[in-house]
Amino acid sequence: MTRTVRRIRRPLQGAAVGAAALLALSACSSSGSDSSAKPDSSGPGKLSGEVTVFAAASLKESFTTLGERFEKEHPGTKVTFSFGGSDSLAASITGGAPADVFASASPKTMKIVTDAGDASGTPATFVRNELEIATLPGNPGKISSLKDLTEAGLKVVLCDKEVPCGAAAQKALDASGLKLTPVSYEQDVKAALTKVELKEADAAVVYKTDVRAAGDKVRGVRFPESADAVNDYPIALLKDAPNTEAAEAFIALVRSAEGQKVLSGAGFLKP
Amino acid sequence: MTPPTDQPRAAADTLRGGPRRRRVRTGVPLPLLIPALTGLAFLIVPLIALLLRTPWHSLPAQLTSADVWEALRLSLVSATAATAVCLVLGVPLAWLLARVDFPGRGLVRALVTLPLVLPPVVGGVALLMALGRNGIVGQWLDAWFGITLPFTTAGVVIAEAFVAMPFLVISVEGTLRAADPRYEEAAATLGASRFTAFRRVTLPLIAPGIAAGAVLAWARALGEFGATITFAGNFPGRTQTMPLAVYLALQSDPEAAIALSLVLLAVSIAVLAGLRDRWMRAG
Repeated sequence: MTRTVRRIRRPLQGAAVGAAALLALSACSSSGSDSSAKPDSSGPGKLSGEVTVFAAASLKESFTTLGERFEKEHPGTKVTFSFGGSDSLAASITGGAPADVFASASPKTMKIVTDAGDASGTPATFVRNELEIATLPGNPGKISSLKDLTEAGLKVVLCDKEVPCGAAAQKALDASGLKLTPVSYEQDVKAALTKVELKEADAAVVYKTDVRAAGDKVRGVRFPESADAVNDYPIALLKDAPNTEAAEAFIALVRSAEGQKVLSGAGFLKP
Repeated sequence: MTPPTDQPRAAADTLRGGPRRRRVRTGVPLPLLIPALTGLAFLIVPLIALLLRTPWHSLPAQLTSADVWEALRLSLVSATAATAVCLVLGVPLAWLLARVDFPGRGLVRALVTLPLVLPPVVGGVALLMALGRNGIVGQWLDAWFGITLPFTTAGVVIAEAFVAMPFLVISVEGTLRAADPRYEEAAATLGASRFTAFRRVTLPLIAPGIAAGAVLAWARALGEFGATITFAGNFPGRTQTMPLAVYLALQSDPEAAIALSLVLLAVSIAVLAGLRDRWMRAG
């Protein structure tokens, strides 16, 4: 008897597993499409639904604050962030990721999105960011200039040249005629900073805002060459935005005096 | 054993769509075939897509760039070194797990397989905490010998060995369990020490299993990304292996990333296909 029963069950189990796998696959492909806004009938101009914001990793702290503020000002809305390297985010957007707003750390990465026809309107520069040297607390290496980073024996990490913070660092180095061999080219600004926070590297060239966000774990050292490598941050509404109205309101908040106050509090420069 | 009754048989007929299906019983049942083929497609279609999207016209230029060869050379060297580390440390570990009964063996075995399921980035963070310049072991390596492992090729080898070792240990342990311990016992009764018995009897006996494990470990090490970028960083020629080069190329030059992926895919397939038939079956 057991044999017979088993013979029946096996194909059924196979089918069940297969069906589960198919369900999981189809769930993956359709995720996000039903998170679009459901217009609220309670009155015109009232915002609701989810706003999905793709933003550069360096905006994490200030945008999180702004998102909370937005949700409070517009009850019924929910701001969801995806923070990451600007290039990866741009690649996801051109690849069809369902997002409403893109805030990039460089015009170059924004151009990937506008070139693909995925932005609605012209992107606007909403802040600028300056580079700083992040070094260990107390600055044991006595680093006071970009040139000090070229000293032998000092472990310095830079962002990879492919990502905006690395491109900016390279620009600053080129402008000052310095040649710097780091121990590593990290994949994004947070990864570079983490290497210093963990004391694996002695210094990193990162954004001023990231140094400030790291608090006491690193010490920031300003350097004059950073003026040659200030990054513009553009923000844009996306063409296929599932929730255009709320997205526009979020962009307005970022560009408002209130939003600018939060951003400059995080160390960003005014556009 | 109770003899089969009619009831389950009838249930089976209903489930299979009637007794007429009974004559195709030797064939593959549809509820198995469909998910099986879907599963196959799921695994293969992305690889085909990679081939279809390969920029063949610019491929020669992409592949002859010095950076690609540097990354590929580093990948091959570090994966091979990591496999050597796995062999030296992993085979004795597998022997210990298979042949010596000690308290907490189950727990040790679970810990050994942990890197298999651990996200590689977590592995990289753990390695930093242990062997980083400020790590619990690493700070002494730095203070006593002036050795720092992060940002070095040795760091790449360690990261790769960390994620690849379980593949070797599991493979070798399985072979050891299947191998008859009486040969070793016979050698011992003939006067061989336990180590001699291991070296002269056990080792040749389980060689196919070791080879299979080594190939798996090598392939895993070759594809390692998360632990490497976390623990060893990214510097061309020193710590930038192929997977890292692919990831960073994708940020700005997808065509280059596809070309690099193709190289890695070709190398992996060549090694697995070339060695699988020879060793895996025996293992």
